[in-house]
Amino acid sequence: MPREAAELVFDEATKVYPGREGAAVDHLSLTVPAGEICVLVGPSGGGKTTALKLVNRLIPLTSGDIRIDGTSILQQDVVQLRRSIGYVIQQVGLFPHMTVEANIGTVPRLYRRPRAWIKARSAELLELVGLDPSYAKQFPAQLSGGERQRVGLARALAANPPLMLMDEPFGAIDPIVRARLQDEFLRLQQELRKTVVFVTHDIDEAIKVGDRIAILRKGGRLAQYDTPQQILAHPVDEFVADFVGRDRALKALTLTTVGELELSPATEDGLPRLPAETSLRDALAILVAERKDALLVVGSDGSPLGVVTREDLLR
Amino acid sequence: MSALGLADGGGPVIPDFGQGSACLRHNHWFCKSWVAQHWSDILQPALVQHIYLTVIAVGVGFGLSFGLALIAFRFRFLGPPLGAATDFLYTLPSIALFILLVPVTGLTVTTIEIPLVAYTLFVLYPNILAGLRGVPPEVLESARGMGLTRAQIFWRVELPLAVPAILAGLRVATVATISIATVAAIVIYYGLGGPVFDAIGQPDIFRTELLAAGGLAILLALTADALLALLQRALTPWSRLR
Repeated sequence: MPREAAELVFDEATKVYPGREGAAVDHLSLTVPAGEICVLVGPSGGGKTTALKLVNRLIPLTSGDIRIDGTSILQQDVVQLRRSIGYVIQQVGLFPHMTVEANIGTVPRLYRRPRAWIKARSAELLELVGLDPSYAKQFPAQLSGGERQRVGLARALAANPPLMLMDEPFGAIDPIVRARLQDEFLRLQQELRKTVVFVTHDIDEAIKVGDRIAILRKGGRLAQYDTPQQILAHPVDEFVADFVGRDRALKALTLTTVGELELSPATEDGLPRLPAETSLRDALAILVAERKDALLVVGSDGSPLGVVTREDLLR
Repeated sequence: MSALGLADGGGPVIPDFGQGSACLRHNHWFCKSWVAQHWSDILQPALVQHIYLTVIAVGVGFGLSFGLALIAFRFRFLGPPLGAATDFLYTLPSIALFILLVPVTGLTVTTIEIPLVAYTLFVLYPNILAGLRGVPPEVLESARGMGLTRAQIFWRVELPLAVPAILAGLRVATVATISIATVAAIVIYYGLGGPVFDAIGQPDIFRTELLAAGGLAILLALTADALLALLQRALTPWSRLR
C-alpha cells in the first residue's frame, strides 16, 4: 500500500495549448504540505482544472515539473502514477454496468487484490463515506446524486492513495446535500489526513474546505496562495479582494466557532442559547435577528459554557 | 419459376385434389392432417435449414461488423466511409442480388448467405460503433484517471457498455435475416422459403403449405427475438435501471 500522505510540489508548471493564445497554466509554483487540503479556486479560464489534471498527466505538462514526495511525475509510468492518485470528478463517472462494490474495487482489482479483500474493503469504505453496506450490490443508476458522489469518493480512496485530486466534487449537488458532504468530507479528512488538491469555483466552499487556498487568475497565473484567514484578512491585490468579495470580513467569521472564543461567565438570564460549534457568522446573524447584545453558549449536553457578546464577535 | 431451380431440392408437393381429405380438396387455409403428415419430410427440414441460414448469416455478419466497427472506432475518419458502404449494400434489392450471384457462386447455400450477411452489416455495424462511442465522457475520464490502460478501458468499460446497443442490433438483424431468407428459395430449395414458393407456385395457391411455412418463419422470428431479449436482460441487468 502507498504511503498515507505525500507532499505535492508544483514547480513552474506550465501548460500551453498549441494554437491557443496565452497559457492555460502559467509558471505555477506552490507546495502542498503532506496531509493538507489545497483548494484551487478562481474564475473560469483560470486554469484550475487544467492544473489539477497536470498532476495525474491527463493533461501533459508543456514545461516545468510537478513532484510527489520529491519524485517527478514525468519519471513515473503514467498508469502507475494514476493508480497511486485518487481521482474524483464532478460528474463522478461511476461505471454504470458495475455494482457499487465493483466500482469501489476498480483500482484494487488492477493491483490484483483478492476478491474477499475487495469485498471487505468496499464494505469498510461504504461505512467511511456514510453509506449502508447494503449499497454494495446496487448499480449507480439506483443512487441519488449525493450517494453517487459518496461512492465516487470511496472508489478514489480504495487503494489508499497518498494524494487525492478532486475536481469540483460537490459542484453538481444541491446546496443542502453539498453542505453535508463538505462536512463529512472534512470529518473524513480529520481521520485520513490525505494530501488533497480540490478544485472549485465557489469561494465559500474554498474557505470552508481549504487548509490553503490558491487563487488563480485568468491565464492560469497564481494570484495568492495562503491560508483562508490570510487571504480574507490580507488579499494581495484588487483582483483577490474582488474575488473573495466585499463581505470577506463576514466570511472570515465563518472560520471560527463561538466555542473557540474566550467566554465570559453567564450572569444574565433569558439569552438565546446556541451550541459551541456555531460559527461566529451564524452567531452574529442570530444576535441581529434576536436584537440582543449577548448569547449563551452551551455544550453538547446543553450545559452553559459562558456568554459571548457582540463585542467579542466583532473583535 | 421452376427454371430457377425451385423444384431441385425437395420436389414440389402437389396436393392430391382427387383423393385427399375434404380439407385439402377445398384448399382450406389450414389442414392439420397435411401438416402432421409432412412435418418430418417438408416443414421440419425447412425449419432447420432456415435456422442454419440465419445463424450463419448473423454470425458471419456480426464478426464482420465487429471488425469494421473496431476499425472505425480506432480510426475515426474511417467511420463515415464504412457506414456509407454498409448502407449501400442494403440498398441493393435482395431478389436481384440473389440472382446476380448465381453465375458467380452457383446454386449453393453460399449464394444465399452472401446477400444475407451483407444486409446484417447495415444494422450491426452502426449499432456496434454507436455502442462503443456512446460511453459517457465522464466515465472514460474517470477510467483513465484511475489508471486503466487503453486495453483495459476497452474490455472492461467500453465493450460492456456497448452490449445493449449490440444486442439491440442483433435482434433487428436476426429478425430481418429470418424474413429475407425466405426469399432466398428463389435460388435453391432451401429453408422455409422452399415450401412457401411451392405453395404459391401452384395454379391455385396451396393455402395450408403457405400458411404452415410462412407461419413457421414468423414463429421463428418471434422466438429468436424473445431469446435475444432474454439474453439482453441477463447480460445487462444494469441497463433497465436507467
